[in-house]
Amino acid sequence: MTRVLRTIAAVGRKEFRQIGRDRRTLMILLIVPVFTLLLFGYALNFDIRHVRLAVDDRDRSAASRSLIAAFVNSGYFDLVAGVDASEATRLIDRDEVRAVLVIPSGLSRALQTGRAAAVQVLLNGDNANTATMVMGYAVTIVRSESAKYAGPARPPLISIEPRLWYNPELRSALFLVPGLIAYIAMITAVVSTALSVVREKERGTMEQVRMAPLDAASFIVGKTVPYFAISLSSALGIVLVSMLLFGMPMRGSWPMLITVLSLFLLGALGLGLLVSSIADTQQVAFQVAVLVSFLPTIMLSGFVFPIASMPRVLQLITYGVPARYFLVALRGILLKGVGLATIRLELAALGIFAGVVLLLASVRLQRQWG
Amino acid sequence: MRRVQFLIWKELVELRQDPRLLAIVVVAPIVQLLALGYAATTDVRSVPMVVVDADRSPASRDLIARFSASPNFSLIDTVSSPDDVDAYLERGRAWMAVAIPPEFGARLLRAEPQALQIVADGSDASSTNVALGYATNLLAAYAEEKAGEAGRAGGAGGAGGAGGAGRIEPRVRVWFNPRLESRDFMLPGILALLLLVVTTILSSAGIVREREVGTLEQLNVTPLRRWELIAGKLLPYAFVGMIDVCLVVAVAVFWFHVPLRGSFGLLFVLSMDYLLTTLGLGLFVSTISSTQQQAMMTSIFFFLLPMMFLSGFIFPIENMPVVIQKFTYLLPLRYYLVILRSIFLKGVGLETIWPQAAALTGWGVAILSLAVVRSTKRSV
Repeated sequence: MTRVLRTIAAVGRKEFRQIGRDRRTLMILLIVPVFTLLLFGYALNFDIRHVRLAVDDRDRSAASRSLIAAFVNSGYFDLVAGVDASEATRLIDRDEVRAVLVIPSGLSRALQTGRAAAVQVLLNGDNANTATMVMGYAVTIVRSESAKYAGPARPPLISIEPRLWYNPELRSALFLVPGLIAYIAMITAVVSTALSVVREKERGTMEQVRMAPLDAASFIVGKTVPYFAISLSSALGIVLVSMLLFGMPMRGSWPMLITVLSLFLLGALGLGLLVSSIADTQQVAFQVAVLVSFLPTIMLSGFVFPIASMPRVLQLITYGVPARYFLVALRGILLKGVGLATIRLELAALGIFAGVVLLLASVRLQRQWG
Repeated sequence: MRRVQFLIWKELVELRQDPRLLAIVVVAPIVQLLALGYAATTDVRSVPMVVVDADRSPASRDLIARFSASPNFSLIDTVSSPDDVDAYLERGRAWMAVAIPPEFGARLLRAEPQALQIVADGSDASSTNVALGYATNLLAAYAEEKAGEAGRAGGAGGAGGAGGAGRIEPRVRVWFNPRLESRDFMLPGILALLLLVVTTILSSAGIVREREVGTLEQLNVTPLRRWELIAGKLLPYAFVGMIDVCLVVAVAVFWFHVPLRGSFGLLFVLSMDYLLTTLGLGLFVSTISSTQQQAMMTSIFFFLLPMMFLSGFIFPIENMPVVIQKFTYLLPLRYYLVILRSIFLKGVGLETIWPQAAALTGWGVAILSLAVVRSTKRSV
């Protein structure tokens, strides 16, 4: 047993030394993830403000000016230009404005004589989500402006008291950070493990390793331990930075957080090993690693695109994406402070994923070893 | 020129000897596009929700039926006590809970104003926002309908209030994507992203691989000039990239029915322009790295990730802080995305998107020149 441990330690030491010599890769693995989080944490935002608006005011009355003021004062729209009809098309085409407000010439007369007047809002709908939200803002502003002319308002029959749990201000950072952790951890773990094994194959040093008094299992464990340590510390770094700078709450327990992180990373490392058993060159390894980790983790995990909106078949596929469980568990621990009982299914799924890929990888690598 | 031809031939032979790589760079983008094309919808539909029905009257059942009939919601469960909601929200099984208070039906009959509480899970901020919007609209429509009924029941006079005064009605017209399908917007973006991933990674290994395997020495003793080395590396990958462009556009148009309103010729030419930048970028990374691992890590963290998140692919640039908005002008993907979306959805031509095309060309020329300058063949 001690002999096995010693060989594992030897492989681990070799790997650490190799990583240590490649300063840039080590830096990329340890520091860049935190930096990436900083950049994205500040940059990314789903809140839509400062929508560029052009106005085609054909009425030029007190009423039309008041309506324009209502748009500008809402804080959602920035008035870019006053235009006429022909120019509006050009501005939208060239993305200089996202919305054009067209006020018909009869607005103030209609309001005085107690008739209805329609104002038109032209929207660039290329980004459907943004357009939906802008549409909501515009309709609300016009309605509330309209209510001013409607006389004393009756209270609505049913009003709504929304209450937001876990993230009452709906801050994007709190929602994005767990996703970014999953994303960054996945990439570093899968890619670096896959490359570390395939590199030995490609350079021919695999032969030397194989001749050493070493079995496949100790080789695999020795290879994984350093990357496990590195990715765990970089993931913890991200969590700490997000707590310090983005006010990410930590409502759950640390041991559970570390357990979840470890399980997820184990799965990722196993996936990396599995990739390395398939690929013979680093180029292939990298392409495969990116395809199995990079895109699914962001697209199929519920990080950006809601799983509930996907077609049935694809929803089934998302059950095979570990980031899906990781996200639920991580948000649960950080934002909701849930206990073990609540996320036991997610933990089990992560454990099963890690077990299966590690098993598959070691079977394949063992076969290649012999 | 002959020497470049030989190098191209050598690269193609190498590519063919590695059938796995060839398969990956040709087949994988299509598979990914198929999967991601379905996944990449930011539309929020069938929001999982629970209802707390403390009233249990015909009116509350009627309201619940409205929620379960709406495609925007998927009713998971109806519970009777607000305490039962916690478990659903904690485990993420439901995103929101609507609490119908006791006496809801009775008050509705008396046309008394009342408040309904909605509890929503804020940990997924963007979807929650949309879901709340849906619930608000549904309840507003319901309340209006009930008010109308109460008005009619109470005699014709009660329905008034809207009759006498003038009002402004909003008419929203959405251009380019009137059904507000997020897929039409996302798919061109996925095309750009796949091209970026496949070609940058492919070429980032280009020179550093020769260095690592030790064959760069052999290339060094040939009379090959620097720019010839770069050109010979670039062209075969560009060829692969062009195939990818055609395949992926075909899938987007014929499978997903994304409207291609502009000209395919223009799209193709500008895609070549874009390939110039992604391949140039890869080769540049290759010249500044000493191992393939370095090259790949560098291209992922310094180029792919920032481009993916900051180019406007998912997160609108106009929402970013001003400093970062300026920074995004450095990303070629930003320009290509505008080009793609303009050609696909708006059907505009070069007269509108020439600034983007020019920026892309400039970027490509600059990065390739840098790669040529940096590729001092002899440094190992």
